[in-house]
Amino acid sequence: MGMTLTEKILARGAGKARVEPGDKVWVGVDVLMTHDVCGPPTYAIFQREFGSQARFWDPDRVVVIPDHYIFTEDPHARRNLEELRRMAHEQGLRYFYDAFSARYSGVCHVTLAEKGHVRPGSIIIGTDSHTCTAGAFGAFATGVGNTDAAFVLGTGKLWLRVPETLRVVLHGQLAPGVMAKDVILRLIGDLGVDGANYCALEFQGEGVGTLSVDERMTLCNMAVEAGAKNGLIPVDDETRRYLQAHGVDGGEAEEGDPTAEYAQTLEYRLDVLPPQVARPHSPANSIPVTECEGEPLTTAYLGSCTGGKVEDFLAAAIVLKGRRVKLDTYAVPATVAVQRALNQIRLGDKSLREIFLEAGVKLGEPSCAACLGGPVDTFGRLRGDEVAISATNRNFPGRMGSSKAQIYLASPATVAASAVEGRITDPRRLVDEETWRRRAEIVARQEAVVVSSDAPAA
Amino acid sequence: MEEQRLLEGLVFVVGDNVDTDQIIPAQYLVYSLTDPEESKNYGRYALSGLPSEWGRFVEEGQWQSRYSIVVAGRNFGCGSSREHAPAALQIAGVKAVVAQSYARIFFRNAVDGGFLLPLETDAPLHQVLRTGEKVQIDLSSGLLRRVEDGSVYHLKPIGDVEAIVRAGGLFGYARQLGMIRSNAQVRT
Repeated sequence: MGMTLTEKILARGAGKARVEPGDKVWVGVDVLMTHDVCGPPTYAIFQREFGSQARFWDPDRVVVIPDHYIFTEDPHARRNLEELRRMAHEQGLRYFYDAFSARYSGVCHVTLAEKGHVRPGSIIIGTDSHTCTAGAFGAFATGVGNTDAAFVLGTGKLWLRVPETLRVVLHGQLAPGVMAKDVILRLIGDLGVDGANYCALEFQGEGVGTLSVDERMTLCNMAVEAGAKNGLIPVDDETRRYLQAHGVDGGEAEEGDPTAEYAQTLEYRLDVLPPQVARPHSPANSIPVTECEGEPLTTAYLGSCTGGKVEDFLAAAIVLKGRRVKLDTYAVPATVAVQRALNQIRLGDKSLREIFLEAGVKLGEPSCAACLGGPVDTFGRLRGDEVAISATNRNFPGRMGSSKAQIYLASPATVAASAVEGRITDPRRLVDEETWRRRAEIVARQEAVVVSSDAPAA
Repeated sequence: MEEQRLLEGLVFVVGDNVDTDQIIPAQYLVYSLTDPEESKNYGRYALSGLPSEWGRFVEEGQWQSRYSIVVAGRNFGCGSSREHAPAALQIAGVKAVVAQSYARIFFRNAVDGGFLLPLETDAPLHQVLRTGEKVQIDLSSGLLRRVEDGSVYHLKPIGDVEAIVRAGGLFGYARQLGMIRSNAQVRT
């Protein structure tokens, strides 16, 4: 019997010829990522357990990306940033994307990819549940708590239970106005929020090849919302093109063995998938947008690791161009690079930034912002009984700051369309199909500009 | 986590899919977990993100809960990877959670950090027990007993992480294995 891609990566990480689901193995970690919320308590545990003079196992494999509570006056949040600075200094970290510095980047999962920290086949551990985003590049990536992370900092190792793999095969190509977010919301709806508990979620099929890297990150990002340990996608030419543009050698293509065993296989035809909306208060409450169109809203939000990438903003801009929003609408680019892309990408005579501003959207600074609530002065945070539609990844009670609020989850295109109409709206009626089909080309043109301008800093 | 084979306490009952934002809302994650005074806030705000229908876990002005056992349905602790969640429950005085199932990261954090016992039952005890009832948990026999009427429910074996639980967490376990030196500050 062969191994799945996840099993192959974990076997290699454990120095074994093979592993099987259910095995408990100690693996070597390639990258440990932490941010401003979990970094300070992780460092405190590290120093408590290994001693105040102890050194990280490999400072060049520790990537610290403050992103959660940046643009706030909260004194405790500021203290967290100070503690990260102390840690980075004491440990001599090379990859510290400090807030309020020229190196600041924004949301950790998007930054990890943009800055070339994700390599196919590697084992990436992060103190954030959405670390599984990095699986879009054929890596094993999963989120852990502070204790596990502190252990990795001291030893470079972690115990992992080898997960069963659940295979999701995608066929065909999404219709204009339909996005990867719709695919993953539908999948979570089918599986339930614990349907993939303890499993790896691997996306296969020619339909995956039709999705951009940003879109694949959305698929893997929300694997954890079905309870999965990791989500991943085998590397193809599209991934390699992205990696190369970000200074990473894509390596040999690797996939699961033909004789690998999967716990379950689900198949989807992308061409007939309608946009999805997850009603409050669970990502698994997804239904076709056609079944809840017209439901009233007060607020729209675009941003986060799953909904604040270049493709997400481009999709929203295609809907917003030449229109005005009727809702309180907030948009937060995931990273500084996405923010820069808003100026560089143009649709006709306007930059994306101009399109958003002319539509009446409030633009925030790159960070996690209101995705997870945060301090009371957080940009876009919900405070009362708002009814919000959000391109983020969770809508459990209180997630965006108010337990009285109702949150619908949807794709950036659906969020934008709903903001324009002031109620839940099917975006397929508002997208210009020709521009939608040219998205990849539009992004590629912008990437050429960004990569060349980024080169000296890399 | 001391190796206590017998637990007794009042239960606090919640439902399915109680996520980490409900266990400890994100706005409180700014408090230090290492400062003894400041960390009390985690007890104060534990389970404060729950919809009000479940009642108050910690009374206004209190720093700890009178309930030491949380009873839940499926997928307890889903959502964010924040270890602040099991820590908050521990700081509030919780010794064990009894649920039908857990989200992976919460379960791992509870065990590896030695915060509390994540116990599982097949029975939907959250539909059987009411908040404020007293139960006894005997870990040796794997039984939960409702004190009021003496009814007894089976707990599932804790499984292949038992060695970590018995060692009091990941660091204790790794020291037993000789993976790390034991001369660093020993946790209390």
